[in-house]
Amino acid sequence: MLSPDDARLLERLHGDLPLTERPFADVAFEFGWTEDYVIGRLSALLESGMLTRFGPLFQIERAGGLFVLAAMAVPEARYAAVTAQVNALPEVAHNYRRDHALNMWFVLGTETPAQCAAAIARIEDETGLSVLAFPKEREFFVELKLPLTIGEAHGA
Amino acid sequence: MALDDFDRALMTATQGGLPLVPRPYDAVGERLGVSGQQVRERLAQMLESGLIRRIGAVPNHYRLGFTANGMSVWDVDDALVDLLGERIGQLPGVSHCYRRPRHLPKASPGRSQDAESPSGGDGVQCTPTGGIYWPYNLFAMLHGRSRAEVEQQAVQLHELLGSACRGHDILYSTAILKKTGLRLRQSQES
Repeated sequence: MLSPDDARLLERLHGDLPLTERPFADVAFEFGWTEDYVIGRLSALLESGMLTRFGPLFQIERAGGLFVLAAMAVPEARYAAVTAQVNALPEVAHNYRRDHALNMWFVLGTETPAQCAAAIARIEDETGLSVLAFPKEREFFVELKLPLTIGEAHGA
Repeated sequence: MALDDFDRALMTATQGGLPLVPRPYDAVGERLGVSGQQVRERLAQMLESGLIRRIGAVPNHYRLGFTANGMSVWDVDDALVDLLGERIGQLPGVSHCYRRPRHLPKASPGRSQDAESPSGGDGVQCTPTGGIYWPYNLFAMLHGRSRAEVEQQAVQLHELLGSACRGHDILYSTAILKKTGLRLRQSQES
């Protein structure tokens, strides 16, 4: 689990890394820490897998691109092989195994609808399985800040 | 608003993460042959336009103790789904909430389900579903420290939807197979 310092740091750095020359020094100053300490904590969190990434999250839809959720029903015996085939595409941004007949759910992120269609066609081609696409028709809410520090209201 | 060459170069340079060094923006600029200030200005523009949602930590929910991640899916009356979706998006614990198309088997005359299941989303072609019947048109991601916590959240959602909801399911994730975020293709297929 997270140390109290790590939890505070992640709360602070959920999405507002300062756009300043030395952002980590500026965040460190807020906490009374050193720049080295902040950089060291973040490096350790990445290293240990607590963070998958530290940097900008792109919303490609703002530039004419799209994110499309898609799912497949993958035979259990081929699951590992199909995972490798699907994950090999750079268009696949995330991929999750889920408990359901549709047991593989992934998100395709592309700059154009044509690239998305091509990625789906390629996955169907290579795996011989149907891909069900679930394009967004409307977005109601995105981006939850999970409560990491003890005692904070859930989903604040 | 299409991407220009600098946008694309900047996205490609940072989509895997920022360098964890004292001057990360300068480091990115160095790789691109521009100043750190130019990098910061363009990132600020991207935040402004919404092309960047946020710059910060992308947590692994599982490793942080949120081991129960349920994609809750709901079959909601088309006439009410947008109104109710807005409300559900406000509930604590809901991270992503979308209306998406249903995938129903090709309607055959006289099937009883036709009466209660309008066709999928606006003009979306229903692909062959391989026998999978997917009546759900509202998706809400739920996160909890246990499945019981997620079930509790689902009860709340269900109450909010009331009689507009004709069925629901929760699909728990059991493994992250990949989580890299967006990766632009290096070579642009023309």
